[in-house]
Amino acid sequence: MLVCLPVLAQSTKQYLTVGELPKVAGKRSASVQVKIPVSVQAGFHVNSNTPSDEYLIPLKVTWKSTGALEGGQIAYPKPSLEKYEFAEKPLSVFTGDFSVVANFKVAANAPAGPGVAVGQLRYQACNDRACFPPRTIEISLPYQVQ
Amino acid sequence: MLSTALLVGCFLQGCSTSARLVNAASVKPDSERKPAPDFTLKDADGKTVHLTDYRGKVVLLDFWATWCGPCKIEIPWFMEMQRQNKDKGFEVLGVAMDDEGWEVVKPFVADLNVNYRIVIGNDATAELYGGVDALPTTFLIDRGGKIAAVHVGLASKKDFEDGIQELLQKPGGIVEDREKAAVGGPGGAGVPAGPGAKH
Repeated sequence: MLVCLPVLAQSTKQYLTVGELPKVAGKRSASVQVKIPVSVQAGFHVNSNTPSDEYLIPLKVTWKSTGALEGGQIAYPKPSLEKYEFAEKPLSVFTGDFSVVANFKVAANAPAGPGVAVGQLRYQACNDRACFPPRTIEISLPYQVQ
Repeated sequence: MLSTALLVGCFLQGCSTSARLVNAASVKPDSERKPAPDFTLKDADGKTVHLTDYRGKVVLLDFWATWCGPCKIEIPWFMEMQRQNKDKGFEVLGVAMDDEGWEVVKPFVADLNVNYRIVIGNDATAELYGGVDALPTTFLIDRGGKIAAVHVGLASKKDFEDGIQELLQKPGGIVEDREKAAVGGPGGAGVPAGPGAKH
């Protein structure tokens, strides 16, 4: 039975990981920026935030709660255009290691002290022969209002 | 349920992690085929579709999704195969695994002018077929309702064509199996097990 486990386990397998986010600190009304480190497993790619085809699912970071931080606009890296056997045209993808940047402003009336902003990164991965269902990874951004 | 999924997963993918993303099998000898798990899903018209409705036909069962690039390569092949072999007792059945369901599948199917039946899949159906995480995953099912081949990921058109032709040349498995059952021979019944069946 144990030797069979990988077959079932693949349904929850992640093809992309998000590294630990550094704690950001800022005074009230200050702008703060955080780099979200992302790593795509070798041999796989994920669609960029601007996929080449309307049916493809983009990589997207969204914030569910930002606490004392406001904004959270995301700047994605420049995607690469890669040609795969299964596509007629090159696809707009992310591969390897890259960072997604989130830009916040500390609220003017924020109480001093720590907090955590919570978000999600959604992606959809493929290799050169198969694609895998979209996955969502939870993101936690610790911050300190000074 | 967990043990059932594991057993079916092992059965379909041979308990081998290396087999996941490769052309898993050509057409297996009849003696090595296992029953294709039955399922009940809805087509675009809301009609209920059971896999057992297709008994007596060779079926190409394609798990796919609109966001799957390799699936988009295979779909026109399957349309061609449907056109060429429909009168010989062959059917393609597409199982769309999009979470958004018909909202995204219907426009996609219309764009490609898909000429075969599509149903919306779900996790329970995928689990019956070993999880079906990688798309496309395609099963060739013989006339007796048994799985003759599995292709995980983009396969070659020729592999599908060869498999279909080989299966179409065989007489209906139902008759063959009923005859075996009547004489009490081994592996006689040949009736596909229902959902959750252990293999």
